[in-house]
Amino acid sequence: MTVLPMNTAVTARAARPWHLSDHARLLIVWFALLVIPFLAPNAYVVSLANMMFINIILIASLNLLMGYGGQISLGHAGFYGLGAYVSGVLGVKFGLSAWVGLPAAALITGLAALLIGIPVLRLRGLYLSMATLGWNAILVVLFNRLVDITGGPNGLLGVRPFSFGDFALDNDFRQFPLVWLVALLVMLAILNFLRSRIGRAVRAVATNELGADAVGIDSFRTKLLVFVLTAGMAGIAGSLYVHVNQFASPETFSVSSSILLVVMVAIGGSGSFWGPILGAAIYTAVPQVLLDYEDAELMLFGLAMLIVLIVSPTGLAGIPAALRRRFARRPA
Amino acid sequence: MHTGSAVIQLLVAGIGTGSIYALIALGFNVVFKSTGAMNFAQGEWVVMGGMTSALLFAATNNILLACLAAVLIIIVVGIVSERLVIWPLRRPNALLITLVSIGLAICTRSLVMLVLGKKPVGYPGFSSTATLEVAGITVQTQTLWIIGVTLVFLIAMHLFFERSIMGKALRAAAADRDAAAIVGVRVETTVMLSFAIAALAGALAGAIITPLTLSSYDQGAMFGFKGFSAAMLGGVGSLPGAIVGGLALGLLEAFGSFYISSDFKDAIAFAVLLLILFVRPSGFLGRADVVKV
Repeated sequence: MTVLPMNTAVTARAARPWHLSDHARLLIVWFALLVIPFLAPNAYVVSLANMMFINIILIASLNLLMGYGGQISLGHAGFYGLGAYVSGVLGVKFGLSAWVGLPAAALITGLAALLIGIPVLRLRGLYLSMATLGWNAILVVLFNRLVDITGGPNGLLGVRPFSFGDFALDNDFRQFPLVWLVALLVMLAILNFLRSRIGRAVRAVATNELGADAVGIDSFRTKLLVFVLTAGMAGIAGSLYVHVNQFASPETFSVSSSILLVVMVAIGGSGSFWGPILGAAIYTAVPQVLLDYEDAELMLFGLAMLIVLIVSPTGLAGIPAALRRRFARRPA
Repeated sequence: MHTGSAVIQLLVAGIGTGSIYALIALGFNVVFKSTGAMNFAQGEWVVMGGMTSALLFAATNNILLACLAAVLIIIVVGIVSERLVIWPLRRPNALLITLVSIGLAICTRSLVMLVLGKKPVGYPGFSSTATLEVAGITVQTQTLWIIGVTLVFLIAMHLFFERSIMGKALRAAAADRDAAAIVGVRVETTVMLSFAIAALAGALAGAIITPLTLSSYDQGAMFGFKGFSAAMLGGVGSLPGAIVGGLALGLLEAFGSFYISSDFKDAIAFAVLLLILFVRPSGFLGRADVVKV
């Protein structure tokens, strides 16, 4: 497995006097984001912000697996979709509340990851990519063809929103606090995970599996744990998605979406704690901005991606560090 | 139609699609050997080959000439792509090249859409008669062309890698870049050469499958996944592996869709693929350089 360039934002303690801990920075950023519903000119902007928080969960969890764990999953959108359909179908077909669907989605996606991970993660190399790609492709066929359960290509209709008794979170402004809070909790969980003993083990395994084994880390269990954990987070994102949009359709969770998520991790900055926030912002905003260009949309998107990767292989989050290095070398 | 002839027809159809997967898998393997990366643009070259052939056929009315010219054009596209996006990378590694190839695939797909249009295009098969009937068994003549062309191409590739100095240089660089450089192989150009061969294999697949399935700009990803699966099934980086993996996947799809369900065709193929990978991770013919931990 290729060792990924690591951004040291999580571990390094910079010697600057105004230095804040990553926890403090995270809280500052999140509370700053609370102004969105008050400043937004219309509900549409708030709905985009809601999608951005869901995308943050998705991309940050994939970054944990890919950037820190060194394993590329081409099935993250599949887990996202599994979470969405589990939570949505439990509500539509069994009348269960969204609050039951959310943990159920996390549990079942985690369990699915466990079943795939046990045979695949014993191997090194491209095998997780291949297996997750196949798994995602199978899921999309099932979402499309199990029409009685999933609604097929027309999508799952009639999903009810999250609600507190009679107070339903059925508009963008009411949904905002929920997705804001869940995204914050997931980001905090990732930060704490990376600081923990097992988090350090994850990075050790990604850097040098043999070396990690030699110092007594069970690399297989470590990889399995992070894979199951990140799949569960994708399941949570899926549950939020389906109850916020009150709809799900198979093409949202295609292999192409999985590939785009990998791209967003790379553009934001693979292995950087802050990268996924940039990645999610781009993933949410760029399609809206490029709508005006219609057919050229894909082309512009592809070109932008190539330019970022060729100019700064560490992604957007790596640009400040690269600039700092460049300026530090020059005498003032 | 009694069962015997049904089996033979499925066999021929399966080998036909399998040949296409084998060509795409070969392209994957060549680039994987020289860079260690998965090349996501591989499927887009298939579509580009098919659609360019259709355009040239409309202009010249000569199928073979159109296909040949299209394949040559796509080889140039492959070379230019490598020079534009892979070559400028300062510190290339497998992951970065894989990611860049996703960007390349997106750009290639939209370029195909903008230049060659969104409508599916096609042209008649290479023979004047569409189907052939022998002893109650009906086969499409184009399927026979696909199998024949693939066979000739694979033999040519085998000779290229075994006999020609260029092919040997490619293999040497894939085995050990530094050692190859010491004995005088220009390693920098081998990556470009591998992209040219991959584009050639992809374009050829596109040119011969289009009479059967038509070509449209959005099919590239599916071709790519199938080719990638075939490569994994046979053993990544192995030339005979691409053939075995491609044929296995083609036959699996043909028989799976006939005997079980055509709705779940792709799911069946991928499920069997996963099972085989669990049991034999290095593929049918892959070397055991997959390490178990």
